[in-house]
Amino acid sequence: MALAGGALSLHAQHRPTPAAKAKAPTKADPAMAASITRGAVVYKNVCITCHMADGGGVPNMNPPLIKTEYVLGDKARLAHIVLAGLAEPIEIDGNDYKQHMPAQNYLTDQQVADVLTYVRNKFGNKASAVQVAEVKAVRATLPK
Amino acid sequence: MPALAGSLALVASHPTSVRVAPDPNNAGLKLPAGFGALVAAETGGKARHIAVTPQGVIYVKLNKVKDGKGILELHSQPNGKATMTGGFGDYGGTGMYEKNGYLYASSDHAVYRYKLDGKGEVTAPTKPELLVRGLKVGSQHESKSIVLDNADNLYVNIGAYANACQEQDRTRGSKGIPNCPILDSAGGIWQFKANQLNQRYPDGTRYATGLRNVVGLDWNPQDNQLFVMQHGRDQLHDNWPELYGEKESAALPAECLYALTKGSNAGWPYIYYDQQKKELMKGPEYGGDGKTPSTADYLKPAAAYPGHMAPDGLLFYTGTMFPAKYRNGAFIAFHGSWNRAPEPQAGYFVVFQPFKNGKPDGQWEVFADNFAGSAAKAASGRADHRPCGLAQGPDGSLYVSDDQKGTIYRIVYNAKK
Repeated sequence: MALAGGALSLHAQHRPTPAAKAKAPTKADPAMAASITRGAVVYKNVCITCHMADGGGVPNMNPPLIKTEYVLGDKARLAHIVLAGLAEPIEIDGNDYKQHMPAQNYLTDQQVADVLTYVRNKFGNKASAVQVAEVKAVRATLPK
Repeated sequence: MPALAGSLALVASHPTSVRVAPDPNNAGLKLPAGFGALVAAETGGKARHIAVTPQGVIYVKLNKVKDGKGILELHSQPNGKATMTGGFGDYGGTGMYEKNGYLYASSDHAVYRYKLDGKGEVTAPTKPELLVRGLKVGSQHESKSIVLDNADNLYVNIGAYANACQEQDRTRGSKGIPNCPILDSAGGIWQFKANQLNQRYPDGTRYATGLRNVVGLDWNPQDNQLFVMQHGRDQLHDNWPELYGEKESAALPAECLYALTKGSNAGWPYIYYDQQKKELMKGPEYGGDGKTPSTADYLKPAAAYPGHMAPDGLLFYTGTMFPAKYRNGAFIAFHGSWNRAPEPQAGYFVVFQPFKNGKPDGQWEVFADNFAGSAAKAASGRADHRPCGLAQGPDGSLYVSDDQKGTIYRIVYNAKK
């Protein structure tokens, strides 16, 4: 128990929280604010059916986008899910989500960056923007 | 003692109508006049289909094993509440059905049965008989729902592991695969023997095909026929935005009730049913444009309901507790939609479909509503409860399971008929 407690608190102290890394979309960061605005349009056109208007997903089928490591963590992994899809079931908080996510590789790098910046700062999330260059780099790794 | 004797005499004078007291708030449900509801039990599990034995023992199949149990056993108390008395089965799943002294259960791969004793209790909970194994399962439409006819046949839904048999599932603009290969082993109802062990695909018959996914199904005792509720295809707009608007896509296609016979073909993935045009339409993956009816000879639905409401339970009511209009009609549990956004979500209720002589007759109506908890929770898809399984108690009560929070509802009729 002592070990577990110590490990947990260590984890909490040293792991930068997404909030700490995030830049708030304020007037000080008009580029991020604009990206979020454009991303909202992409979300409504492409993502909303499965992940729902509130980002909460659908039980047993489509995972929530709210405060999960998948969304707030590694940006390259997140961009990869959008560009290549996700075929494996995933588990979040003890719930399984099994439906395949289709690849959305017809979206431009800009659209992917915008929609990911949007979901990382919507639904109670707060995390750094995803840059076009980051999406481009992931796309370059995928089979043509 | 005099009071007790009095109440006993009262019960004895109404042998067919056991007076179970509804909860003061009818368990949060909205019901027609004269009906009441109570929370029979809170299981805390993902309660899929349910079965009630003639002795009143309630069995609940959980989608996911909870505390080592995939099937829960409950016993009813005289006040209508049910007490959890045990559990067994180390597998999740959906199917739960009782007939002629056996309890049938399914995982997402297999069907089992358990012998019941004279009290309706499972005799060997750790030693089920494996009836069918090796059923196809993908990452969607995994449920293997089950029902029996009166001739020892077992019917098993094997859902299609795709939305519309596209080259790339649910992908914008992806075409349908010709002669959809999924239909060989899924996308239909398979018939097996209810009393033969270790059956696999070659031992069964593809009884009906072209059914994308069926969760609610029941055997109609009036015309001795299998009826199923299909979950219609999703995402017309998402995948074909140039052909379907958001509103059309939220409304279409219908969730369909089919009356099946051996060899029926309901046409998935090549067609869908448009309940507004009342036509079978060519699917957009197979050359359709949203306007062109199909000329192919596929089975037409016996009745149609609004799109995406996800019918997960079907029950022909044969009891005498409810008023006469309900007898031999169908109750349908609509689990509730997800792919209607940005339109409001819908469903999360139990519908009554009148029947006459074994065929749907007249307009369906919402029977039990407000499982979601409020109109706003239904519209957002964040329902408190989602109706899934239906079963009839020995007294004619209607049981409804909820796979969101695990509530078991019992609906009773208390007014004078």
